[in-house]
Amino acid sequence: MMEAHTDLQADDAGAMLRETADRLLADRLTPQARARSAAGEWPDELWAALDEVGLPAAILPEEAGGFGVPVADALSLLTVAGSHALQLPLADTMLAGLVLARAGIEVPAGPLAVAQGCEARLDPAGRATGHAWGVPWGRHARAVVVLADGPGGPVLVALPQAALTVEPGADIAGDPSDTVRFEAVAAPSAPAPPSAACLRAAGAATRALMIAGALGAVSTMTAGYARERRQFGRAIGQFQAVQQNLAVLAGQAASAAAAAGLAAEAVAAWGPGLLPAVAAAKVRTGEAAGQAAAIAHQVHGAIGFTQEHRLHHYTRRLWAWRDAFGREAEWAQVLGRHLIAAGPDGLWPAITAA
Amino acid sequence: MSQFTFPSPPPSPEAEVLRTEIRAFLATELKDRAPIDRAQSWNGLDPAFSRRLGEQGWLGLTWPKAYGGQERSALERYVLLEELLAAGAPVGAHWIAERQSGPSLLRFGTEAQKAAILPRIAAGECFFCIGMSEPDSGSDLASVRTKAVREGDGWRVNGTKLWTTNATHCHYMILFCRTAPLDREHRHAGTSQFVVDLSLPGITIRPIRNLVGEHHFNEVVFEDVLLPEDALLGREGEGWAQVTGELAYERSGPERFLSSFWLLVELVRALQPVADARTEIALGRLGAQLITLRRMSRSVAGLLQAGADPALEAAMVKDLGALVEQEIPEIARDLVAEGPPTPQSRTFAEVLAYTTLHAPSFSLRGGTREILRGIIARGLGLR
Repeated sequence: MMEAHTDLQADDAGAMLRETADRLLADRLTPQARARSAAGEWPDELWAALDEVGLPAAILPEEAGGFGVPVADALSLLTVAGSHALQLPLADTMLAGLVLARAGIEVPAGPLAVAQGCEARLDPAGRATGHAWGVPWGRHARAVVVLADGPGGPVLVALPQAALTVEPGADIAGDPSDTVRFEAVAAPSAPAPPSAACLRAAGAATRALMIAGALGAVSTMTAGYARERRQFGRAIGQFQAVQQNLAVLAGQAASAAAAAGLAAEAVAAWGPGLLPAVAAAKVRTGEAAGQAAAIAHQVHGAIGFTQEHRLHHYTRRLWAWRDAFGREAEWAQVLGRHLIAAGPDGLWPAITAA
Repeated sequence: MSQFTFPSPPPSPEAEVLRTEIRAFLATELKDRAPIDRAQSWNGLDPAFSRRLGEQGWLGLTWPKAYGGQERSALERYVLLEELLAAGAPVGAHWIAERQSGPSLLRFGTEAQKAAILPRIAAGECFFCIGMSEPDSGSDLASVRTKAVREGDGWRVNGTKLWTTNATHCHYMILFCRTAPLDREHRHAGTSQFVVDLSLPGITIRPIRNLVGEHHFNEVVFEDVLLPEDALLGREGEGWAQVTGELAYERSGPERFLSSFWLLVELVRALQPVADARTEIALGRLGAQLITLRRMSRSVAGLLQAGADPALEAAMVKDLGALVEQEIPEIARDLVAEGPPTPQSRTFAEVLAYTTLHAPSFSLRGGTREILRGIIARGLGLR
C-alpha cells in the first residue's frame, strides 16, 4: 500500500523539495536551536540554510526568482515545516512572496510577513500610514505586506522593515506576533488581490498545511510512545481504550491532511472556489488540531506536559496556527453563509464545487 | 506505519462531464420524489429505477465491456454514486450487487460465473445480498458456524445468516461460511465463499423488522441446501482473504458520509432566507466535514483505480463519515426550533425524525465503529 502511495505522489519537484526540507530540518532544528529561538534570538544560520536550498523562494515564479515549482507543490513544503513544528516564518515568507509576485511587486530578499489585520491608507503620493497587528515574526521581517485603502480602492503594500515601528507581541505558542506602525512610508504597492478575504484565505491555507503536517508527526509520535511506555506489565498501546483514541487521532490527522491538500490546490488555482475550499480546510484542520492535541496529551501523560518533552513544540503551535488567519468560528461562518445562500437546490453543487 | 496518506485525487474531466449527464437524468427521474423518500438514501429500493440506471450503462461502470461494463474509471463511478446519493435516488435494490458482489465476482469468479451473472447486474436485473453475519457472529466474523460440507459434486450447507439486508428482493447471496472445522490457532483458515442462488430448496427467508417497524433485515436459514460445485467463489479455504478484499469497496464510498444528506438539504430549506451567525457557523462546520470526506473518498477511488488496496484508508473514511452522518440530526434539531405546523416545517420534522431513527445503524453496518478503530490501530502497529 505504501508503494502505491509513493508512486502516486512521486509527482515531482514537490516530493524532492519536501525531502530536502525534511532532511535539513531534522539535522538543524536541534533542541538548542529551538531554545535560542524561544529566547528571542533570530536563528540566522538556520534561516540561511533554508534560504540556501531555496525553500522560501520555491513558490515564486521563475521571473520573480523562483524555480517554477507548481504552487500547490511548493505549498506542500509547509506540511514538512509543520511536521517539525518549525518556529521560523517560512510560511509567511512564502505567502508574502506569492501575493507580491502575483501583484507584480518585486519580492524582497529575506524573511517576510503578511499582516493578519491592518488599518492603513495610501495617499495619492503612494505613502502608507497606519498600523497592522498579528504580524507573524514581524520584528524580523524585511518587509510586511498589508492591504491599504488607496485612492482608487484597496492596494497591496510591501512596507520595508526600516520604516516600521514594532511593538512586540506573541501568539499562544510564544512565537512573535507583532504590531507594526508606519507613518507616510513610501512603499511599493499594486492593486490588491481579488479581495482582502482572498489574502486572509491564503494565510489561512498556510496554517491549515502546517497543522496537517504537525498532526501527522503528533500521530506518529503518540503511537510510538504508546508502543513503548509500559504500565500494568504491558505497553499502554495494548489497551483497547488507548488504541481507540489513537485511531481517532490518526483519523483526525488524515482528515486534516486531506483538507490541507484542498486548501493548497485552491490557493494554486486562485479562482472563485478559493474561499469555500480554504474555509473548509481551516475549519477542519482547526477542529482536528483540537481533538488530536487533546488525545496526544492524554496518551503522553504527565511527561508530555513538561517543557523538556518535545510534544509541546507541536501542540502549542497547533493551537497558535488554529487561531492564525481566522479560527474555526470565522471560517465556518464564511462557509456556512455560502452554503445557506446556495439554498436547498444549490447545496450539493456548492459542496462539489469546493 | 503510523500515518495514513490520502493522495490528492487525480483530476478527471470525464467524471465532470458524467456529473452533468447524471444531474440532468436525475432531475427528470426524481422530480416527483418526496423528501421523506429521498431521506431514505441507499435504503430506498426501486428495482425499476435500478433497471433504468442499467439502461443508461451506469451500473458496473468500471467493469470490462465483455461483462456489461463500460470500462470507465473508479473516479467516474465515484461521481455517479455521490450524485445518486445526494439526490436521494432509490439505489438500494442494486447497491450491494454493484458495489461489492460484482467486484468480488470479477476478482475471484470463474469465467462461467462472470459471464452468467455480471451482465445481469449491469443491466439492473440481478440483485445480491451479503451473507456474513450470524446470530452468534457479528463483529467476530471468523466465528461463523454456517458450514458447507463437500457432498458428491457439490456442497451441503446448513446454518443461519442474520441481518441480511433486502434478502427477499435478491437473487443471490455471497455466502461466507466454514468449509473446514475451526482451528483455534488459525481462526481465519477454513472459510470459503459461495455464490448462492436464493431460490434453491432448503433456504427460508424470514423478515426482521427494525426499530421503526420497517422490513430491510432478514434471517436466512439454510437447511440441507445443496449447492452445485460451481457455486464456490474463488478458492476453498480463502474466504477470509477474499472477504477482507471487499472491504475497501464496502467502506470507502460516498454512502459512508451521505446517509443523512437529505436532512441537510431540508435544514438549509428551513433556514431560508437568512440565518444568524450561530446557524451559519454550525452549517459551515458540517460543510467542512463533508467537503473533506469527499476528498478522502475520492482519494480512495484514485487508489483503487491505481490498483492499491486501501482497506485502512477505507476504514478511516467510514469511521469519520458515520460521525458526521450522526451529527447532522443533532445539529439540525439544535438549529431549528419547533415552528408552527406549516407544510414546510412538517416535511422538515418528518425527515429529521426519519434520520434520527436510522442514525444508530450508521456506525453499526459494514463494520462497527469499534471494529474500524481496531483496524486503524492495527495499522498503527498497536496490535
